[in-house]
Amino acid sequence: MTYKILIADDEPNILISLEYLMKREGYQVLLARDGNEALAVMTRERPDLVLLDVMMPGKTGFDVCQAARSDDALSGVKIVLLTAKGRDTDIAKGMALGATDYMTKPFSTKELAARVRSLLEPVA
Amino acid sequence: MRLNWREVAAALVPGAVLALWTLAAGAILVATLDAPERGTLYALLEPRFALLVLAWLLLSAALGVALRAAWLHWVVAPARLVEQAQIVLGTDVQREIAPEGSAENRALTQSINALVRERAGLRADIGRKVQEASREIEQERSRLAALMSELTQSVVVCNLDGRILLYNSRARLQFRALSQSPALADGAELIGLGRSIYAVLDRKLVAHALESVQQRLLRGVANPSAQFVTSTHGGQLLRAQMAPVRAIAAAPGEVAAGDAPPAALSGFVLMLDNITRDFADESLRDQLLHGLTEGSRASLGNLQAAVEMLDFDDVDAETRERFHAVIRDEVRAMSQRIQSLASHTVQTQKTRWPLEDMLGADLISAALRRIETLYGCSVSAGDVDASLWLRVDSYSLLQALSGLAGRLVEEYEVRRISLRLANAGNERAHLDLVWAGQAMSTETVMSWEADPIKVGADSSALTVRDVVERHGGAFWFERERVRHEAFFRFLLPLASGQEQLAASLVVHSESRPEYYDFDLFTTSAQAEELADRRLADLSYTVFDTETTGLEPSAGDEIIQIGATRIVGGKLRRQESFEQLVDPRRSIPAAGIPIHGIQPEMVAGQPTIDVVLPAFHAFAQDTVLVAHNAAFDMRFLQLKEAATGVVFDQPVLDTLLLSAVVHPNQQSHRLEEIAARFDVAVLGRHTALGDAMVTAEVFLKMVPLLAEKGIHTLGQAREQAQKTYFARVRY
Repeated sequence: MTYKILIADDEPNILISLEYLMKREGYQVLLARDGNEALAVMTRERPDLVLLDVMMPGKTGFDVCQAARSDDALSGVKIVLLTAKGRDTDIAKGMALGATDYMTKPFSTKELAARVRSLLEPVA
Repeated sequence: MRLNWREVAAALVPGAVLALWTLAAGAILVATLDAPERGTLYALLEPRFALLVLAWLLLSAALGVALRAAWLHWVVAPARLVEQAQIVLGTDVQREIAPEGSAENRALTQSINALVRERAGLRADIGRKVQEASREIEQERSRLAALMSELTQSVVVCNLDGRILLYNSRARLQFRALSQSPALADGAELIGLGRSIYAVLDRKLVAHALESVQQRLLRGVANPSAQFVTSTHGGQLLRAQMAPVRAIAAAPGEVAAGDAPPAALSGFVLMLDNITRDFADESLRDQLLHGLTEGSRASLGNLQAAVEMLDFDDVDAETRERFHAVIRDEVRAMSQRIQSLASHTVQTQKTRWPLEDMLGADLISAALRRIETLYGCSVSAGDVDASLWLRVDSYSLLQALSGLAGRLVEEYEVRRISLRLANAGNERAHLDLVWAGQAMSTETVMSWEADPIKVGADSSALTVRDVVERHGGAFWFERERVRHEAFFRFLLPLASGQEQLAASLVVHSESRPEYYDFDLFTTSAQAEELADRRLADLSYTVFDTETTGLEPSAGDEIIQIGATRIVGGKLRRQESFEQLVDPRRSIPAAGIPIHGIQPEMVAGQPTIDVVLPAFHAFAQDTVLVAHNAAFDMRFLQLKEAATGVVFDQPVLDTLLLSAVVHPNQQSHRLEEIAARFDVAVLGRHTALGDAMVTAEVFLKMVPLLAEKGIHTLGQAREQAQKTYFARVRY
């Protein structure tokens, strides 16, 4: 089956690359440019995984994460936080609020692809 | 000579007794005789009556003389001795009492004389010891003074009421920099013996630091000091290190061991650093660093992703061009960022605050106490890891915790709040504010993060987010559905292991700290009403004004104010205030020879609406003293509406007091009084010169008032009102 992936980031420069990468990996890709849009798409489309930027206008990645985790319907969605904030306190906060994984910018696209794959298709 | 009736009575008594006895005996004798025998007796006695009287007189005189002598010997001599002894007892007169009277009386006199000699010896001995002791104290004082003046740090010693007892010149300099009106009061309105430190530092911050010092003392920490950072009115940043001054323990034997708490404080020492400059530098460095790291991460991420996409062989030309565009765009953005960083223009404030080590359990118990007192809800400590030491700004953190708790209680009627503390690993701790009750939306409670903190009636500009940033920590909200609980979690840094060591290595030395022999801490302010305070104990601002004329209501204005202070019964010449004032009108030529102030001298000087608030600050918490105070006060009162400052403290007038002390003198002009008290008059008719003379005169009056039974401020004012001059009103 084809997995649905939502990429939420307010920077078009990263969206271009991530969209290309994920499509190339064979996933169906959805895009969102801020937190509120991301949450709306999540509710409507039920993606399997969300690549969520932390620093977004409106709702931040933390807010989206927390909102998604308080909605039972979205409890199965895997969330990977992407952030330019490299502090361990931010990582701790993201994980506490229900993120499945966390990547700090800049990151290797290969590693990101590998993480996404392992989250979606855990080795049996 | 006064006739001593008792002496006369003693001399007359024998004759009277003899006469009575003879008459009574004769009467009884006559009663036993019949008529013929009586006739015979009369016949026998009648011719010899004169002889009988003569015998009676002789015997009476002899007995009288003897009895008088005996009376003088046994009654008068002891009475005189009593009087003499009382004189010696009641005065310091050293003299021998001449022995007289009976042998016993003489022996008694000798003994009293011996005792008097012994007493004199003891007194001389005590005097010598007191002198020695005060010499030692003087020596220690001068050593301390030398040390203090050499220190490059500013040091201020306060008693528990926050009154300044000691400060060094460095502190004076620093306070001058903090003063709102440096040119006017020269910082003397902020720092001075007996002034309140709370004019400069937030009372609550100081109280908080004192509390943590006290907790440390109780725990037996070797160096129980606390530090805090505060910003002053002028935006200066002060770091204060507080060390306790311990109360002098009762002499051994006076109090059984363990009776007095060893942690009793009698005051505190503050060491102040102005860190505004350091802090500005540091935060600039922080910003640069922050901009370079976090700001570049996103760009680098975009670049790396785009470059890695280009590595794929199957990218078509159009997509390839899009990735190239991304790379060009990001490279340009990064160059720009570095450009602007280099020219110091990126500025979003990120603050780094100096933090202190604190035992987590102490912080929790302090927070619980505060929340309970402020909001009356039930509080409890959940799981608290008692071994954790946090590195925190405890004051702002307590504000944040109380502020959040307050909103829970007031907006959501939460009744029970608990705090817990756990190690989160990675040199960090979780501090949770936990409550049960009504569900609330995540957005609502998280929006509190960015709201200014309100604690009780106080609100500050600080937000929870600012507090968290100070700690380089994080803050979020979580729910525990199973337990129907929710909590705010603070992720806070742990202390590096130093203070733990200090606490475990503590040696309980009860040895007195150095410079402990100062008597400074006995002046702790009494809560008595000002009127009941003794004149000798009060602090005074003695002032004088020079004016354009004598009629304030007709447009005359103040052109100079001079003032000095009396604290602890001494004139503090170095803490004085002198300022020319631009009257915004002409100065009549008639007055210029008196006050010597030419129109060009006041040109460019501050106006009264600037000077009066500065003078008001200088005079706060003191009693005002002036010569002919009604005149000066009238000028000050007429400015109340215009300047907004009200001088509502009690006022003493040396003119009226002089009339109380010397009611029979003709003149109570300042020169006359000064001459009477032998006070040298220098610089008469400059405001400060007159204020100094007035102050010296006032100091001489205080003991004279005491002799008249006028000890308190209330009594002095009452007496002054009663004098003739009190009826003169300007």
